[in-house]
Amino acid sequence: MLLSVETLTKTYPAEGGRLTVLDGISMSLDAGRTLALTGESGSGKSTLLHLIGGLDVPDAGRVMVDGTDIAALDDKGRAALRRGTVGVVFQQFNLIPSLDVSANIAFQARLAGRHDPAWDARLARALGLEDQLGKYPEELSGGQQQRVAIGRTLAARPRLILADEPTGNLDEATGDRVLDLFLQLVAETGAALLTVTHSGRLAARMDAQLVLSQGRVA
Amino acid sequence: MIRAGLSALLSHWLRRPFQLVTLVTGLALATALWSGVQAINAEARASYDQAAETLGEARYPQIVPDGADFPQADYVGLRRAGWPVTPVIEGRLRAGGQSVRLIGIDPLTAPADIAPDTVEVETDLAGFITPPGLLYANPETAPALSGLGLRVVPAASVAPGTAIGDIGIVQGLLGQPGRLTRLILTGDAPGTPLQDIASGLTRRAQAESNDIARLTDSFHLNLTAFGLLSFAVGLFIVHGAIGLAFEQRRPVFRTLRALGLPLRTLIGLLSLELVILALVSGGIGMALGYLIAAALLPDVAATLRGLYGADVSGQLSLRPAWWAAGMVIALLGTAIAAAGAFWRVARLPLLASAQPRAWSRGSAAGRLAQGAAAAALGLVALGLALVGSGLVAGFVLLGVLLIAAALALPLVLHGVLVLAAGAARGALPQWFWADTRQQLPGLSLALMALLLALAANIGVGTMVQSFRATFTGWLDQRLAAELYVRASDPAEAERLLAYLDGRVDAVLPIVSVDAVVMGAPAEIFGVADHATYRDNWPLLSALPDVWDRVARGEAVLVNEQLARREALAPGDPLPLPGGDTRTIGGVYSDYGNPLAQVLIGLDAFRARYPDAPELNFGLRLPAPDAPALQRALTDEAGIAPDQITDQQSLKRFSLGIFERTFAVTGALNVLTLAVAGFAILTSLLTLSTMRQPQLAPVWALGLTRASLARLEILRALFLALVTFIAAIPVGLLLAYVLLAVINVEAFGWRLPMQVFPGDWLWLGALSMLAALLAALWPARRLARTPPAELLKVFANER
Amino acid sequence: MNAKGYSIALMFCASFAEAQGFAGLGTDAEGFAMPDAGYEFEFPTDHGPHPAYRIEWWYLTANLDGADGQTYGMQWTLFRSALAPTEGDGWSSPQIWFGHAALTTKTAHFAAERFARGGIGQAGVTAEPFEAWIDDWRLSGPSLSDVSLRAGGEEFGYDLTLKTDAPFVPQGENGYSVKAASGQASHYYSQPFYEVSGTLALPDGQVEVTGQGWLDREWSSELLARSQEGWDWFSLHLGGGARLMGFVLRDDAAGDYTSATWIAPDGTPTPYPDGAFTAEPLRAAEVAGRDIPVRWRLKLPGQALDVEVTAVNEQAWNPLAFPYWEGPVTVTGSHAGRGYLEMTGYE
Repeated sequence: MLLSVETLTKTYPAEGGRLTVLDGISMSLDAGRTLALTGESGSGKSTLLHLIGGLDVPDAGRVMVDGTDIAALDDKGRAALRRGTVGVVFQQFNLIPSLDVSANIAFQARLAGRHDPAWDARLARALGLEDQLGKYPEELSGGQQQRVAIGRTLAARPRLILADEPTGNLDEATGDRVLDLFLQLVAETGAALLTVTHSGRLAARMDAQLVLSQGRVA
Repeated sequence: MIRAGLSALLSHWLRRPFQLVTLVTGLALATALWSGVQAINAEARASYDQAAETLGEARYPQIVPDGADFPQADYVGLRRAGWPVTPVIEGRLRAGGQSVRLIGIDPLTAPADIAPDTVEVETDLAGFITPPGLLYANPETAPALSGLGLRVVPAASVAPGTAIGDIGIVQGLLGQPGRLTRLILTGDAPGTPLQDIASGLTRRAQAESNDIARLTDSFHLNLTAFGLLSFAVGLFIVHGAIGLAFEQRRPVFRTLRALGLPLRTLIGLLSLELVILALVSGGIGMALGYLIAAALLPDVAATLRGLYGADVSGQLSLRPAWWAAGMVIALLGTAIAAAGAFWRVARLPLLASAQPRAWSRGSAAGRLAQGAAAAALGLVALGLALVGSGLVAGFVLLGVLLIAAALALPLVLHGVLVLAAGAARGALPQWFWADTRQQLPGLSLALMALLLALAANIGVGTMVQSFRATFTGWLDQRLAAELYVRASDPAEAERLLAYLDGRVDAVLPIVSVDAVVMGAPAEIFGVADHATYRDNWPLLSALPDVWDRVARGEAVLVNEQLARREALAPGDPLPLPGGDTRTIGGVYSDYGNPLAQVLIGLDAFRARYPDAPELNFGLRLPAPDAPALQRALTDEAGIAPDQITDQQSLKRFSLGIFERTFAVTGALNVLTLAVAGFAILTSLLTLSTMRQPQLAPVWALGLTRASLARLEILRALFLALVTFIAAIPVGLLLAYVLLAVINVEAFGWRLPMQVFPGDWLWLGALSMLAALLAALWPARRLARTPPAELLKVFANER
Repeated sequence: MNAKGYSIALMFCASFAEAQGFAGLGTDAEGFAMPDAGYEFEFPTDHGPHPAYRIEWWYLTANLDGADGQTYGMQWTLFRSALAPTEGDGWSSPQIWFGHAALTTKTAHFAAERFARGGIGQAGVTAEPFEAWIDDWRLSGPSLSDVSLRAGGEEFGYDLTLKTDAPFVPQGENGYSVKAASGQASHYYSQPFYEVSGTLALPDGQVEVTGQGWLDREWSSELLARSQEGWDWFSLHLGGGARLMGFVLRDDAAGDYTSATWIAPDGTPTPYPDGAFTAEPLRAAEVAGRDIPVRWRLKLPGQALDVEVTAVNEQAWNPLAFPYWEGPVTVTGSHAGRGYLEMTGYE
């Protein structure tokens, strides 16, 4: 079991008390599997993703990634987890504006000490970015930026990939093309993929689906 | 519409109070330093004017003697011949530990507008003119006169360091009964020629500007230049704050215009907003400037007294013109700082992404343009250095140099960063350099400010240190006698000489008269033929056997000031008062003296000025015997202790004057550096709020907030270090211009430049400390940013 | 005038007013000598200064006829005002001197003033040979019966000789001239018989003149009573060679005080006590912003005198540190003649 989530609870301060975003969620994901996490806006999808990625800490419950309880890690440990084990693809791409495309792709792998130029080159080719390697993010279109973000994540060969609406900022045709590439490459690396999405089309492409409603598994 | 628009615009400041604080602080600091310097200058100038006003030199022609004074019978003779003149006696009196300028006037013949306004309230004419009489004195000076045995009335309208009394009373106080020092012509001269009645007197037209004001012009120009520099440094802050505020409100501007607010109205509203902010900040700055000026003024007053003999009030008064000028400069500064931002608003397209442009990559074209401007300015500076002359050209040269250096800085930094990135291995270092380079446009204004402040610091520091080193050595040469004694009158001098006979190795009379040499006020000294001078006198250049020639009366020595002003060199003839001419035998350095000076042989001096009293003497004797003789002179020869000075005290006193001369410069330097530090702080804080989108991905990819914060600090330190290193050559160039151009023009002497790398280490450490402190706050903020804040960057529903 | 100018003027006003007799002189005289009713004049000594007294003047006026057919009036006065009843050396002298010079035509009036300290030689008076001077103004001669006068201002000047064989005429009771019912008095004598000739310098050129002059010499330490606010002083050359001196000291509180001396052509004086002489203003003119009587009716019943006195130039105003009216007048009525009128204290 690569990922296992047990009775995870997360609240945020809100007017007149605390708002419960996740209310005792439990779930799991095996290596090499893909899972779609769906639900209405505010159902807690993104929060769950952030907790699994070590970007935030839960109030209660456990997140076990590859046998480690990340809720028990300190800031440093969570940073190491983000570097080495988990890769995140954001809806807003979140590329590093000061680095060019090739440096962006290589960035996380190099941070994780797993940089493989040949793999980078293959990823770039597969993502259709060979001609864009010297450009800066602001010079790219949205689809190109999202492909760079996917490349950056895959280049580090994380065991668990988290994607937050990876095609949400793209039109349908571009989104479908990017998704095809993404799933193909994930399968090639053998990583597990957890995707947060509104899109039924996207969810249908995953091995399984989990629907959240008001912080619980529906 | 206008109200709604204005409230939409102003609400920005409420939501971003820190930006408001930055803007107000920057403008207030800039205004404060500028107006502080102006307040000091205004106070000093007012004192000069007041001093000149005392005798109406600017409005009335004066009749002056060839020598120091003349009998009052000449005055009565002129009055009885119909000359509308009023008599004046002027002299200095040591009282209460200070030298006071005493002025005696005749209230009956003096015109109503000479002598200060307060001398009037007193209608007790009898008390004023009949013994013991009374003195009107500046309130700061009055206490020193309390021991004179007459009533002293404090009067604010009397110039600092000055007391005014009836002519007869002052003649008595100065020990010059029946003598006058000048006459003021209050009306049209009658037909009878002046020479027929009083042959020793000459008429002098009213002065166009008073002597003290002219002498001190260079000093005040110096202060003004520093004030301007500080103001420029402050404007960097204002520019940054305004630029950011405009940048962040671009969506608001667009929305307002889309909702139907005309562009002109928008610009008008923004102008109104800035005018309000400028007035508020200007007001705060004026208050700060007043405090700065009040704190610095006593030092300035001491400097001006020591260096120029100018009495300046140590009390600051508020002048409406100063307030107005300060507010105007605040408005002007805001306008300059905001011009670019307005330009961009005016060209803002209505339909564009509402996304704020959080940062911009410095374009190569922009850097090239800056480099070209820097090079062009460098050429201008070179041209100025070659063909320019005069103090103003010197300061323009300084300004151009500094601007050129500032413009070139981003280029230099960019180059350094490109090199560093090229050498970097590893993802993080590469990202670090790349990211630093991209931040450069946002930081370069602050770094330019830092460069200016550091260069000014190095330049002025080098000048001051060179001055101190040279001056100390020069004092050792110049003050060779072990003791200096002053007799209070010729009889005492005779007693003193009799007593000293056989007790010392040599007695060197120090005699001088005031004269006019080559059309300007000068001092003529008689110099004894003695080894003291032959061995020690600091000659810069001389003919062979110069001291023999001087002793024979054939040649004279002139000081560097006179030689430079009149382009004189050894071997040139020098016309002396009285019509004869002597050869210039040598030129000597004479630091700290604003006047021209001529040294002639003692015998020649005595022949020329038989009436000049010989009251001052330098005594040569074995140094260990000096304290004993000093005591003996007091105990046995009855010389008052304050009439004897030993070499060490005299040197201490002279050095003290020079330390104070540069105390103000030093203080302004520190303040400028502080402003530059603040500029860095605000720039970093500003950037840090914009940098979340850039830092969040790096964090998400696996760096802790703490290590990101450390990198941020490292970045600031690195940039400060490079800027500091770049400032060293600029500062040295500045020092060279100060020493070789400005000082020569301002004071008439040139000092050899010496370099003090030890001081740079301090300054370097100081600038790194400033950068560290400036980076610490934003870095701490970053390290403590809750993950939730960073997560917002990734949130879907933004 | 700036504040200082104002106050210096105040200073002088104080002195001048003392000299003129206002400004509330103390009833005690602060060490100054007091006029003595039994004093006998001694000439030429008394032509010189009396520094023990607070105030003193040499007051010369003349009515002149020009070669151009015009009539002119001139005034020259040297005042001495002592701050203390002593003479001192050099600047420490408490004696202050000031001089007034004025020239009046039918249409113009010129005035100038000078100030000087005693003790240094800038101003003073010597009795024998007689000389009275301040700056370049000078009244000098072998004796006070034969003097020449030079003085002037920016736009005018005069160079005159004044001669007479007539004796000096004591005013009041043998030169003791009482000024108030409360007893204030001065030593006062005149020389009203000068024959004057010389040259006037006017903006348009020089004019040769001849005429009649009148000198008043007076010194005291307390001239007026406190409530007296000003005076009107007449010195008239009448047809037939007689002269009349008459003055009114105006006093709203205690009532006016008048005094007069009828001087026969041979110089014999007949003094008249308070009330014998009356002067009634008939018409006032606006002069320097105030109303000043320029036409008077004088009566001295003891000499059957009933005349109207009219200013030659109504605007004969001396705008000096202490301003007052002083100018030539013509006399019509029971007696014809001309003379001078001085009026002070009109606010």
